[in-house]
Amino acid sequence: MRYLIYLTIGILFGFVMTKSEAISWFRIQEMFRFENFHMYGIIGTAVVVGTIGIAVAKRFGLTAYDGSALRLKPKDLTIPRYLYGGTIFGLGWALTGACPGPMFTLLGQGIWAIGVVILSSIFGTYAYGALRHRLPH
Amino acid sequence: MQEIIAQPWHWSVSGILIAAVMFLLLYAGKEFGVSSNLRTLCTIAGAGRRHQFFDIDWRAQRWNLLFVAGSVIGGFLAFYFFSSPQPVRVSGETVDYLQSVGIAAPGPAGTPWSYVPAELFAPDEIFTLRGFLVLVAGGFLVGIGARWAGGCTSGHAISGLSNLQLPSLIAVIGFFIGGLLMSWLILPLILQF
Repeated sequence: MRYLIYLTIGILFGFVMTKSEAISWFRIQEMFRFENFHMYGIIGTAVVVGTIGIAVAKRFGLTAYDGSALRLKPKDLTIPRYLYGGTIFGLGWALTGACPGPMFTLLGQGIWAIGVVILSSIFGTYAYGALRHRLPH
Repeated sequence: MQEIIAQPWHWSVSGILIAAVMFLLLYAGKEFGVSSNLRTLCTIAGAGRRHQFFDIDWRAQRWNLLFVAGSVIGGFLAFYFFSSPQPVRVSGETVDYLQSVGIAAPGPAGTPWSYVPAELFAPDEIFTLRGFLVLVAGGFLVGIGARWAGGCTSGHAISGLSNLQLPSLIAVIGFFIGGLLMSWLILPLILQF
């Protein structure tokens, strides 16, 4: 039963991804071509609201529902993995017009070809796991 | 009520609600990161026997798989019951450019080609060279890139930046280097096939 909350938050997420139009291939092209503020507005608002919220949560020591610390792990500071991995990700994002969240959301709308993108992304993830030791981090 | 929700949303409403999703997950004791599920799916498929990276307890990630299942349902509900009265209002410049390279403007709301172009996502496109490059190569790049960078848009651009993580900023800069290269240089070549 406890798990239903995650399903519910996921439903909200898929709903917001759709209504925000962040799942639109056209919106992603428009963003990378700097031809509209829409996507920057979405991400910018989310980051501003998120930054304020997290700063407030830290300042007042807010915890998760069960009293445990919020899962805000600092990431190790290196450059290669973020720069190279991020660039590869960006190539794929602009090509498919979908990052992992929207991929699954589009599946719920009967865009069956996105299933090919999802399977390929799982295969890409597997390739990372197999090649990890040879990639710069 | 249904009509109000069905209208196209202002970007600020969408941004606030995405932040809300992140806070709800934090309050529920978890973290916002969709691409981790791709690793979990590899583990479920048995990749842990061959590569240590996938040798994790996937049951600890069940919550995230349910989150993703929810996002499929949320996409279904928004699309079939709260579809906007008008097509996605992409900028005229983008529409003109895409038409010049053979991609039609977004279709009417509530139709399959309202969010993605039929020229790339129609089922028979899978068997063309262009469709194969976009769907298979594109998906592969998203998967390997997300794991290499340790996260995707949700983990880095939203959660990481909100937590003032410099690594996430570097990742987001990478997202844009790759995205700009693709949209301006490589995609125009692929669309010629």
